[in-house]
Amino acid sequence: MNPLAGCLLISALLFAVGLAGALTRRSAILVLAGIELMLNAANLNFIAFWRFGPHPEALTGLLFVVFSIAVAAAEAAVGLALILAIYRHAHTSDVSEITEMKG
Amino acid sequence: MMEAQTPAWILRHLWLIPVLPMLAAGLCALLPQAQRRISAALAIGSMSASFVLALVAFANALAHPVVQTVNFPWMQFGATWVSLGWLLDPLAAVMLVMVTFVGLLIFIYSVGYMAHDENFTRFFCFLSLFAGAMLGVVIANSLLLLFMCWEVVGLTSYLLIGFWYHRPAAAAAAKKAFVTTRIGDLGLLIGMVWLYSQTGTLLFYNQGTGCLEQTALSAMSAHITVAGMFVSTAIGLLIFCGAVGKSGQLPLHVWLPDAMEGPTPVSALIHAATMVAAGVYLIARVYPLMTAHSLEVVAWVGAITAFFAACIAVAQNDIKRILAYSTVSQLGYMMLGLGVGGVAVGIFHLITHAFFKALLFLGAGSVIHGCTEEQDIRNMGGLRRFMPVTFLTYSAGMLALCGFPLFAGFWSKDAILHAAHGWGVSRGPFYLGAAGALLTAFYMTRQMYYVFFGSHREPEATVTTAETASHAISAERIEPAVSAGRPGEFCLPAHPHESPAVMTGPLAILAIFAVLLGFVGWPAWPWFQNFLSGRAARFDWAGFSEPGLISLMLVSTLIVFAGLGLGWFFYGRKPIAAATEPDALEKLQPGIFHALARRLYMDELYEFTVIALTRFASWLAAFLDRWIFGGVVQLVSWVVTGVGWFDFGVDKYLVNGGFDLGCREVSFGGRMLARLQNGRVQSYLRIIAVALVVLAILLLWGHRG
Amino acid sequence: MTMTLPFLILALLTLAGGVAAMTLRRLVHCALALTIAFAGLAALYLYLGAEFAGLAQLLVYVGAIAILIVFAILLTRGDDEAHKAFSPSAFGGAIVALAVFAVLAWAVQSSAVAHPADVTPAPSASMLQIGLALMQRYVLPLEVIALMLTAAMIGAVIIALREKRQAEEQRP
Repeated sequence: MNPLAGCLLISALLFAVGLAGALTRRSAILVLAGIELMLNAANLNFIAFWRFGPHPEALTGLLFVVFSIAVAAAEAAVGLALILAIYRHAHTSDVSEITEMKG
Repeated sequence: MMEAQTPAWILRHLWLIPVLPMLAAGLCALLPQAQRRISAALAIGSMSASFVLALVAFANALAHPVVQTVNFPWMQFGATWVSLGWLLDPLAAVMLVMVTFVGLLIFIYSVGYMAHDENFTRFFCFLSLFAGAMLGVVIANSLLLLFMCWEVVGLTSYLLIGFWYHRPAAAAAAKKAFVTTRIGDLGLLIGMVWLYSQTGTLLFYNQGTGCLEQTALSAMSAHITVAGMFVSTAIGLLIFCGAVGKSGQLPLHVWLPDAMEGPTPVSALIHAATMVAAGVYLIARVYPLMTAHSLEVVAWVGAITAFFAACIAVAQNDIKRILAYSTVSQLGYMMLGLGVGGVAVGIFHLITHAFFKALLFLGAGSVIHGCTEEQDIRNMGGLRRFMPVTFLTYSAGMLALCGFPLFAGFWSKDAILHAAHGWGVSRGPFYLGAAGALLTAFYMTRQMYYVFFGSHREPEATVTTAETASHAISAERIEPAVSAGRPGEFCLPAHPHESPAVMTGPLAILAIFAVLLGFVGWPAWPWFQNFLSGRAARFDWAGFSEPGLISLMLVSTLIVFAGLGLGWFFYGRKPIAAATEPDALEKLQPGIFHALARRLYMDELYEFTVIALTRFASWLAAFLDRWIFGGVVQLVSWVVTGVGWFDFGVDKYLVNGGFDLGCREVSFGGRMLARLQNGRVQSYLRIIAVALVVLAILLLWGHRG
Repeated sequence: MTMTLPFLILALLTLAGGVAAMTLRRLVHCALALTIAFAGLAALYLYLGAEFAGLAQLLVYVGAIAILIVFAILLTRGDDEAHKAFSPSAFGGAIVALAVFAVLAWAVQSSAVAHPADVTPAPSASMLQIGLALMQRYVLPLEVIALMLTAAMIGAVIIALREKRQAEEQRP
């Protein structure tokens, strides 16, 4: 298996794990964590393609990952603030109990 | 001979004679029942006026003993006009005088008779209407106009017979009268239509073109029709059918005795003097149309009726029914007279009969009134002591009816018998007529002995008669003033009394006529017969020298005395003691007497044949209507209902149900789909992931392919 | 060349950390496992020659985001109550994740892009180049990211702050 495929597989596996966690865990924080893992997997994909793909001197993949990390950070901050707000409102951070948007 | 000059005033205004009473009737109909004096005044006043006009017309006819007519066009059928008109000739003139005079007397009598009845005004309304219609029949120059008035006469007869309509017997009698005369009227109508089709006109006299004038008659006598008869014979027989019905000849006589359910003035006026005479008058009027063959039929029918009715009268116990059958019998004599002797013979007897029969009926009414509405002669007796005036006048009438020498009936009946004796066709009618005269004397004597002689018999059981019922209802409504100055005197039970002057007055006047009227036509001065033919008459004793006349007069006198003698023998020798005692004849021949008392079972015969047939026909019609036609309608309605139910079902289950089902499914689907929106983040995420998978598969697959 | 043992070990470490983060019961343990996963990823970046990205990963993810998660766990008392770990339909979610992996793996295996013929040499990514790229080619994303970060910061503070004031009012 060539290294690119290997990296891609690893990232796919990581993505799947993150998705599994986001879909199966009760805690809202862990859903967020799953999403972070998925983002990271995508970042790994980018790096892999930057390293093993054509024109690595353009630094596209690398800088994309940097920006992605920045975005992830902002998103994590806002998300966790939201979880705090929800926790204060519903006194639980269990996603399967927060169903006010039902219907 | 027709009048060519300008018609006289009376001729132009002849129409007033019938119209005045009709107007009085119309006004009486608008009056409330309490206005007795006004209604009586209207009726008697209009009748008096008509009487005066009739006298004027009579004077005119005396001066001009020819047919004078006034015709006017009435209705247009396409190009043809139907005309009506009135005429004045000697025949019409004497009839006018007779009808108005007798009618006026009976009107006055009714004021006293109906004084206790609460439907006084209605009575005079109907009486006036009848008088007007009868006068219309007399002066009609068109068979159509005659028929119209004829029908009104029949209507008023129905109304008056059933005057006390709350009595079932009266209502049934009225219906019977109307239906029976209707059968006769059907023949008259067919004859009328046939006459119109043959001659093109219904006017009797119309300056040569009338249907009784030479042109039309010769045209009709040229045709031969069914059964080898001349057309004029057939038409004459059909018109005679109407006379058979209206004048109570056999076989349509059954209504006349039942018509006695009406008040006695009605019986006197309508069913003795005038209406029943209308049939005789009709035949007299269309006499030019009658051929020898049809007159033969008329004579035989008249003779058989005369004998038949006289037989039945012998065994009757109701005072009015005896007189009713007597009327039937005398009408038979009139028809016989018309058939064998001509217009003068029949009409002479009609005129005299009108007077003495009206007298007899009014006398019977007085008797009934005086005996507290008792009508069974077995419950009367010895009334000549209680009611002398009634007795005297009644005797005069009875003798006139029997044909006692020198009374009115003697001359008129004798003329008939003389003509029948000399009839070339057969002697049969003469023998029947003679036998009938014997029986007439016999049963009238019987009646006299039962009613006026002997001792007064108390009624054994209460017999409810028409008058009883009506008086019982209006027992409170006594008009002392009308009782001729005897206030407070009401019919006390079991105490017969003479009637008030308002009733006995007309009796006296009629009695005078019953005695003397015959002398206007006796052989010594046959004024009446000559007047009708338009000739002048002279007083001549040579009139008696006609061959066979004296001997016939003797024979008829013998017959009368024989009848009176037989009557005395059976009923006068030993006064009848008790009401329940069987009749003397009954003791002798119980079988025949019983059959006669049951009116020779004519009604039962009709019941079994005609009425049974009618009942069957009506049952059949009802069956058809209910099950066949009604069945079809029912079937259609079922089909329509079925279609309606089907539509309902389709609408409810298919349309509504389908629609509801669709809506339910949509809402179910919505509910199902709403479960997707469960507000849980993880399920949304999962759906996205699944969508991603599907999309990727699609892309990869497509790309691979 | 890259399918060498250190790469595999690092990959395994990262995956183990990820799996642990998603399956452990107690949230704090999950947070720590997550940190290990992040660190493993940073090492992988370094191994693949993306030093800037790797160090940025370490600084931001491990240094900030993981701490943020721990703080969130603290503030929401996620560890306190005894609750079920997995949601009711966890099994379905696992299947879906498996399906996603299968699809992605299939995509990787079947694409020609993932199987290049030759191996390219390691790229040179000096800081000078990165800085120049940032300032020349990717200056717009840079500025936008800066704006976004500012907005996110302000937003997070506002969200958290309001709740605090309401909590203060509710307390007495």
